[in-house]
Amino acid sequence: MPTQAADFQSLSRRYTADKGFRAFIQKGLSGYYKKRDENKANFQDWQGARDLAAETKYEAVNNLDKYLLEFEEKITARGAKVFWAPNAEAARKYILKVAKENGVRSIIKSKTMTSEEIHLNDALEKEGFGVFESDLGEYIVQLRKEAPFHLVFPAMHLTRRQISDLFQKELGSEATDEPEKLTMIAREVMRRKYCEADMGISGTNFAVAETGMISITENEGNARLTTSLPKIHIALLGIEKVLPKLEDLSLFLPMLATAGAGQTMTCYNTMYAGPRQPGEPDGPEQMHVVLLDNRRTELLADAEQRDALGCIRCGACLNVCPIFKNVGGYSYGTTYGGPIGSVITPHLRGLKDWKHLSAASSLCGACTEACPVKIDLHHHLLQNRRNGAQSSPNPLEKISFGGFSLMMGRPTLYRFAAGLGRIFQPLQGLVNGTILDPLRAWTGSRKFPALATKSFHDQWKKERGDQK
Amino acid sequence: MNPGRSIILSRIREALRNNPAPRPHTSHSQAEASAEHNGHAQREWLPKVGTTLPEQVELFANISEGLKTEFHRLPTISAAREVLAKLAAESGWKKIASHSHLDTDALLEGIGLPIVRTEKGYVIDNLESCDVGVTGCEVLVAQTGGILVTVESAGGRALSVLPPHHVVIARTSQMVPDLTAAFERVKKRYGKLFPSFMSFITGPSRTGDIERILVLGAHGPKRLTVLLVD
Repeated sequence: MPTQAADFQSLSRRYTADKGFRAFIQKGLSGYYKKRDENKANFQDWQGARDLAAETKYEAVNNLDKYLLEFEEKITARGAKVFWAPNAEAARKYILKVAKENGVRSIIKSKTMTSEEIHLNDALEKEGFGVFESDLGEYIVQLRKEAPFHLVFPAMHLTRRQISDLFQKELGSEATDEPEKLTMIAREVMRRKYCEADMGISGTNFAVAETGMISITENEGNARLTTSLPKIHIALLGIEKVLPKLEDLSLFLPMLATAGAGQTMTCYNTMYAGPRQPGEPDGPEQMHVVLLDNRRTELLADAEQRDALGCIRCGACLNVCPIFKNVGGYSYGTTYGGPIGSVITPHLRGLKDWKHLSAASSLCGACTEACPVKIDLHHHLLQNRRNGAQSSPNPLEKISFGGFSLMMGRPTLYRFAAGLGRIFQPLQGLVNGTILDPLRAWTGSRKFPALATKSFHDQWKKERGDQK
Repeated sequence: MNPGRSIILSRIREALRNNPAPRPHTSHSQAEASAEHNGHAQREWLPKVGTTLPEQVELFANISEGLKTEFHRLPTISAAREVLAKLAAESGWKKIASHSHLDTDALLEGIGLPIVRTEKGYVIDNLESCDVGVTGCEVLVAQTGGILVTVESAGGRALSVLPPHHVVIARTSQMVPDLTAAFERVKKRYGKLFPSFMSFITGPSRTGDIERILVLGAHGPKRLTVLLVD
C-alpha cells in the first residue's frame, strides 16, 4: 500500500472516531445549507443556470488554446506580463526572480489554492522573504503552520477558543471568545502589512479572454487591498480558469456565491485589466500573470473526465459529501480535498499514489448534484477506480473476483459454497473482529449478515413439493 | 518569450486533437432561452428583476437590508448632504477621503472637515488614517444589491476599501437591473479602454472564518452607506 493510502486510512480513522469534531464540522455547515437553499430558490431556474454554466465551461475548456491566447494578447496589451509555467517549479522560480529583481522585502498574499498547490510560501520563506496570508482563515492556519482544511473555509476546523489561544501566543493579544474581537485583532495586524508590503500575490477565480481581465471573488476586502497598495501584483492562474466573454461573469459570479457560501453575491467581485494605467491614481506598477499547467493538461487529455477542468473551486461538493463531513479536510493529504480533489488528484499527482481516494466514496452522487457546473463527479470516481485496477491490478482482488464469478455462474458450486458458509460462519463468530479473524478487514467495522439456515431455494422446493 | 508558452500550448493541442469530450447532459435549450433574451440566456435562469425603476429600487433596498448595507433613498443632493452631516457627527469623523467627481463634490460641500482627495495620487498612510471614503460609482445592480465601482468613478482602487466606512453617492439613472446590464453599460462607456480595476461591491466587508459566524469589517469597510438621489 502506498504511504498516501496508509496515511488516509489512519487519519480518516482518527477523525471519524472523534464525534465532537464531526458534530462541530456539521454545525458549521448547517448555516450554509440554509442560506444556499434560500439563494438557489431565488433563481428562476437553478438547473437551467447549471446547464448554461456547464455549456460555457465546455466551450472554454475544449477551445482552451484559443481562449488562453486571446486572454494573453488582451492583457499584455494592457501592460501585464504573462508567464506560462509548465510546472510548479517554473512558477516558483519566476515569482522568486520577480521578487529578487525588484528588491522586494515584504509580501502580502490573498487566498490562493494554486499557491498551496505549488508550495509557494515555503519557497519564498526559504529565500528570506516575509510572507503574510491576509485572508483571516488563511492567516490563522498559517500561524498554526497548517494547510487549509477546506477550499473555501480554511479554518473551519478550529474553535474560537483555539484561535484565541493562538493569537495570544503568536500576537500577544488578550484572550477573548468573541469572533468579532478576534477578527479585529487580525484586521489591525494586517493593516500595517498592506501598507508596508511591496508585493501582493493573489489567486484568480476567472480569466476573461474577450477583455483580458482576471476576476477575483472574496468577502473580506483583503484581495482588493493586496492588489491595490503594493507596487507589484502577481496573479496565479490555473490554465483552466479562462472564460470566453465578460458577460459570462454575470452567470458565474452569482452561481459561485450561491454554491460556495450561500450568498447572493460574494462581497467583492473585482476585475483587473492590467496594472495601473496612465492617469490612474493608484494600483501596482507591475502586474504579472502566472499561467500554471502543472499537469492540468493530463486531465485535459482524458476526454472522459475533461469536464473536471470546469471546476470553479466553490467547495459545494465538499460541503455535501458524507465522506468529507466525517473524515475532514486533512485526511485527504491533498491540496484539493473532497470529491473534486479525489477526482483530479490522480491526474495532477499520479494515479498510483492517489487512486485510493476514489474508493473513499459512497457513490451517493450528492457531489454531482451539488456541482454548479455539472461535473459528473461520482462517475469520475468510478472511472478512477477502473483506471486504477487496470493500470496496477491487485492479484488478490483478481483471484477473489475470479472465484466469485466462477461460483455465481454454477448453481452447484454456489450451493456448495453456501453450505460451507453455514458451517463456518458460527466459527467465525467466535473470533469476530479479533486478530484471529481472517475476515477482520471487513468485520472489524461492519456486520456480516447471518446466512439463513435454510436457503430460499430449499424453501421454495419444499413449499412446491408440499403443494404437489 | 519563455519556452513554457510553446510547451503548454502544444500539450493543450495534443490533448484536444481527435479526442472529443462528451457534451454536458443538459435538459434546457440555451439557444431558445438566448433567442428570447437577445443573446443573454442567463436572464432566463437568474433571479428575476422587475422592469420599472420603482421595482428595481425596491429590490435593491430589500437586498441591501439583508446585506447590512445602509440604504437611503433621497429626493435631492441637499437631503443627501444632511444625511452625511448626521453620519459625520454621530461617528465623530475627523478626516474624510474622497475624489473630485460631480456628485461627490456637491455632496461634500460645506462638510467642514479636512478632505484627502485621491484622484491625482495620495500617500497611503494619509488615506489609511481617514474615517470614511466617499465615492461615486458606475451603476447600482438591482438583482444583487451591488455597487459597481471603477478607477474613474471611485477615485482609484483603494479609496472604496481602505477607510473603515464607505459612502457611495448614486443617481436613480444609475440603477440597472442585473450584472449583464452593468457590463453592457461599462462597455458602452469605455469601449475597449477599460479602467484597470472594476469591482462589484455587495455589502460591507465580512468574514465567517471563525466558526462560520458572520463578522462585518474583516479587512475592508465595516459600514457601507448608499445615498440614492433622484
